[in-house]
Parts: sequence; C-alpha cells; structure tokens
Amino acid sequence: MDGFLSALLLQAGYNTALVTVGSALLGASAGAIGGFVLLRKRSLVSDAISHATLPGLALAFIAMAALGGDGRWLPGLMIGAALSAALGLLALDWLASRTRLPEDAAIGAVLSVFFGAGVVLMTVIQTLPMGRQAGIAGYLLGSTAGMLRSEAEIIALTSALVGLAIFVLRRPFTLVCFDPEYALVRGVNIRAADLAMMALLLAVTVIGLKVAGLVLIVALTIIPPVAARFWTDRPGAMVVIAAALGAAAAWLGAVLSSLARGLPTGALIVLIAFALFLASLLLSPRRGLVAKALQRHRFRGLVQERQGLLALARGAPIYDGATLRRLKARGHVGAEGATTPKGRAAAEAAMRDEARWSLYRRLHPDESVSTPGGLRPLAEILPADIIGELDSRLAVRGVQP
Amino acid sequence: MTDSFVQLSLTPILIGVLASCACALPGNFLVLRRQSLMGDAISHVAFPGIVAAFLLTGTLAAWPMLIGAAGAAIVAVGLIELIRRLGNIDPGAAMGVVFTTMFAAGVLLLEQTGARNVHLDVEHALYGNLESLIWLKGTSWAALTDPEALAALPPQLGRLALVLLAVAAFTAAFWKELLIGTFDPTFAASVGARPGLVSAGLVVTVAVAAVAAFDAVGSIIVIAMFICPAASARMMTDRMGPQIGWSLVFAALAAVMGFVLAAYGPLWLGGRHSLSAAGMIAAVSGAILAGAALCGPRRKGTRAAA
Repeated sequence: MDGFLSALLLQAGYNTALVTVGSALLGASAGAIGGFVLLRKRSLVSDAISHATLPGLALAFIAMAALGGDGRWLPGLMIGAALSAALGLLALDWLASRTRLPEDAAIGAVLSVFFGAGVVLMTVIQTLPMGRQAGIAGYLLGSTAGMLRSEAEIIALTSALVGLAIFVLRRPFTLVCFDPEYALVRGVNIRAADLAMMALLLAVTVIGLKVAGLVLIVALTIIPPVAARFWTDRPGAMVVIAAALGAAAAWLGAVLSSLARGLPTGALIVLIAFALFLASLLLSPRRGLVAKALQRHRFRGLVQERQGLLALARGAPIYDGATLRRLKARGHVGAEGATTPKGRAAAEAAMRDEARWSLYRRLHPDESVSTPGGLRPLAEILPADIIGELDSRLAVRGVQP
Repeated sequence: MTDSFVQLSLTPILIGVLASCACALPGNFLVLRRQSLMGDAISHVAFPGIVAAFLLTGTLAAWPMLIGAAGAAIVAVGLIELIRRLGNIDPGAAMGVVFTTMFAAGVLLLEQTGARNVHLDVEHALYGNLESLIWLKGTSWAALTDPEALAALPPQLGRLALVLLAVAAFTAAFWKELLIGTFDPTFAASVGARPGLVSAGLVVTVAVAAVAAFDAVGSIIVIAMFICPAASARMMTDRMGPQIGWSLVFAALAAVMGFVLAAYGPLWLGGRHSLSAAGMIAAVSGAILAGAALCGPRRKGTRAAA
C-alpha cells in the first residue's frame, strides 16, 4: 500500500514518476482527440491506424539493425510506425471515398492487411541473424517496465505537444463535428480540419504504442470520450472531461503496473478506463442508469398520486396497493383508510386541475403537446392570465373552479 | 512438388482455403450491412474466451477452447448491444469499448495466472499456427486413399469443412431472408421475413466461422477474410450471387497464394526460413483488394458503370 501511495504521488523514483506523468499526458491527449473523433463518428479509425503501425515498426527495426544501429531506438521506431500508419490512413481514405466501399469495410480491410504484412515482417526479423524480436514484441501489448529515461521524456514531451495542438485547433474541430456546412461558410477547410484530426489521432497512437501497445491504444481514444459523453452535452466540456478521464486511467494504470511483475500497463489502463466508463454509465446525473431509474420511480409516484386523488374526489374505491401506500404516506388517507381533510382538499385541487387541463388541451391542442400538464398543477406551468381565462370558461359551464 | 508437399503443405493449404471460404461467405453480408467490424470485434474477444476456458478446465483441448471463444463472442455481442442501447452510443464506439476491454482482461488474466507458461500467448492467438497443421502420415499422394493415414489428418480440417458446410447451408436456407433483410430491413419486416431473427442468425454464423477459423489460423486471417474477399467481390459485380462466387474465388486464391509465398517464397529468394503464412494470406487478400479497387468494373458503384 505504501508502495502504491508513493508511486501514485510520484515519490517512487525519478524514472517511475516520469513514466507516470508521460502516460498521464498521453492519456489526456488521447482522450481529447478521441472526443472529437467520437463526435465525428469515426472512433474505429484509430483501430485501423494502430494496427497499420506494425509494418512500419518492423521495417524501421530491420533498417536500423541493418545499418548497424540499435533496432530498438524509440524515435526511429516511432517514425517508421507513423509513416506506415499514414499510408494506412491514406489507403483507408482512398477506399472509402473513391470506391463504393463503406468506411467500416475500409477500416477492416486496412487493419487486417497492414497487420498481416506486419506479422510477415516480424517473422523476417526472427530469421535475421542479429534479430531478437524481444525489443519489438513489447509493442503489441505495451510495457512501461524497463523504459529508458529518454524514452519516457520523448513520450511526455510529444504528448504535451499533441495536447497543445488539440487545444489550438479546438474550434475548427468542433465546427466540423457538428455542422460541416456552417464550418464551410465560416471559412474552415473541412478536409484540412479532418486531416489534422486524423494526424493528431495518428500521433497519439504512435506515441502510445510503447505504453499501451498497438492492440489496446485504440481503447484510450475510445473509452474515455464515451464515458465523458454521459456527463455533459457540451462538446467543449466533453473533450475536457474525456482528457481528464484518460489522464486518470493512464496515471493509475502506470502506477499499478510499476508495483509488481506481470501487470501489463496497457491492459491495466484499459481496464481502469472501463471502470470509469461503468461508473459514468451508472452514476451520471444526466444520463446514468441510476438517475434514469430514479426519474422513472418519481414519475410513477406522481401518476399514482394523481390517479389516487382523482379516485378520492369521485369517491371511487382504490384497489391498487402502491397507490394507497403513496396516498397514506402523503397524508391524504388516514391509517384506517378514510380520507383526511388534507386529502379532500388535495383531491378537489386535483379535480379542478384535471378540468383545467382537459379544457386547455381542447382549446390549445398544439401548445398542449409541449406542456407537461396532467401530473403537476397547471398553475405552476402556465401563466396566471391563461389560468384565469380557463377558470372563467369553466365557471360559465357550471364547473366550480 | 515432391512427396513432402503432401506431408507439409497440403493440409495447411486446404485448412487455409476452408477457413478463408467459411469467413468470406458470411463476410459478404457483413460488408453490405455495414457490420464489417463485427468480425474484428469477435476475433479480438476470442482470445479472452480461450484464456478463461483454459483457466476453468486446465486443458488446451480443442472443445473447451472453442466453447470458451464462442461464449466470449456471445457475451461481447450482448454487451455491445447493451451499451449501445443503454448509453445511446455510436455502435462503432460501443464495439471499441467492449472488445478492447475484454482483450485487456484476457491479457491481464493470462499474466496473472501464469497460464503464459503453457503455450498460450497473445502472439499465437493473433498469428495462428497454420504451418504446424501438417499431416505426418501423408508421406505421399497415395496416402489420400489410405484410410489409416486419412485418420491422422489434423482435426481442424474436418472441423472447418463441417463449419463451411454449415455456413453454406445457413446462407442457402435463408438466402431470400438474408437478401431482403440486408437491402431493405423495413420491407423485410413488413412481409414477415423476421429481419431481426435472421440478423441474429448471421451474427451466430459469423461467430461460429470466426471461432473455428481462429482455432486453426489465428485472428488476423479471420478479420482479413471477413472483409477483403467480399469487398473485392463488391468491386466486380452488382449481383449478390456472382458477388459470393467472386468472394469465394478470391478467398481461396489468397489462401493458396499466401501460403505458397510464405512457405516457398523465401526459399526461392535464397533464404532458409519460411514466413508467417497467416500474415501472408492477409497481405495477399489485401493485394487482391487493391487490384479490384483499382480496376474492378463496379468499383465506383452502379452509376459509374452506366
């Protein structure tokens, strides 16, 4: 536990702290760009990008090893990965825009073909005399264990740069996501904005390869934004929340995986992100399942109370147990089942309100559609002059207002 | 081609062709229904299913693995649908949430329980092991008529042949329902063709094909074969029957060429080791798709052809 706390608070050595901070910056950038990509409904493009990095990784490894260098040099691998991912992105774009294939088929085709080519190249590495593919296998699942200080610094720095770029480009991104035509009128180049969005997604993917691995980095760009979507309807806030959730997941994941062997960083980050998603799904006050269930319960209570009061007013017996309990709880009905004075008053009020409501619906059929009448007293919803008018019409017809 | 061809290459090629065709057939409908990535998701979650099955049964026998993978596929499809409905989330994103989480859980389980020590690892699940499915008793072409040698064929061969048969039977039996459900679900519902039921059947078919193929050849071929042959065939024709024919031809071609290139290509170039057959088959299917996308007569849709 002490180890966990000190790692969490960056007190477990400079390297671990650097890895943690780098991972968190990466998580924030991934969450933020993922937010825009989710709004653009292209979440799974990142899956194609991440799988398309493999041939580049392998080729860069082979090239660097062939030139006599260390095949595992991170910047070289990142450049190779970025180049082949960019090629995959171009192929995807070309297939989706120039042929009849829909985007999802193009994503799947690029993903599997590039990954297949990468696997072939990995077996080439295995056969090379100098090749130990140990240096590269870590990129499949990600591992921060044994990461060099320089590597952690590169990851932290590039993640911060990507985050900055997202911040600068947030307005065109938002416009393109919601209203491409308006964006065009405002002078935003849609194609350029889309391209920039994809380039940043690619950058995040490539930077994250070392931390999360290429099968799982896609989760960092999808899960936090999906979770953030539960908390707000405003795009700006959503992107910020997604970045925060992504940073938290990456931070915790990096810390936990530094504690013991056999705790792969990528898997931990993804599982923590999923836990955050579950919490959002359940607990969000706006769209969470708990909030929705409470809302439904409250609504049912209102219906029961209104129907019960109307039955009291008509002197009709109430058979529904839940309704009776509700009326007793509100003090409208006494313990022995007789209507209390308060209940009589409430029943009269409900009757009057029902009369007002049915008249209003007849007089203003169009407006009544958007009026939440029938459960709440109409006087709380409509202005006093309309209530007055309704009452005077009811009085003419002999109904006591 | 010498006798060692029968022993070392015949069965992997046959298994590759069967697996490719079993995936390509339902892939045609996936591509048209914009569900291409369902195959991707299912083949990713097969891995945690296999890990879970191993932990529960303690063996690496084929049936527990297959059942585990199929169970995971069903859980994943259910979760995707649940998250999509409950959260009102874009289906692609819901899919991404589910399959990455399940894959991560599989990785963590594997690392934590030490199952890694017993020949069960991520790479194997991804790349498959087509090269190892050799026929030891198939010492010559004559073995094809020798019942004793035939009994020693890799079990995957028979399993995949069965699965291909089942997939073909499903497609043939529900051909009409699949077609109208794919092109016009509303009309399908109005004439009582039960599009919901048929699409559930399609998902089950996809899962069965994916799991059976995954066991033999790894998930990478599975994803490639669900999408690439069908997508290539789509560039060739506007009619569903011919499209399925094209896709099967492309799938078989990719499997044969991919295996031959991986096994013999390096030898022709003077190398001594063969390459990953699964990866090469996927790459060849990509090359076929590129060719079809560049010069297929229907690559731009019906209007361009008119």
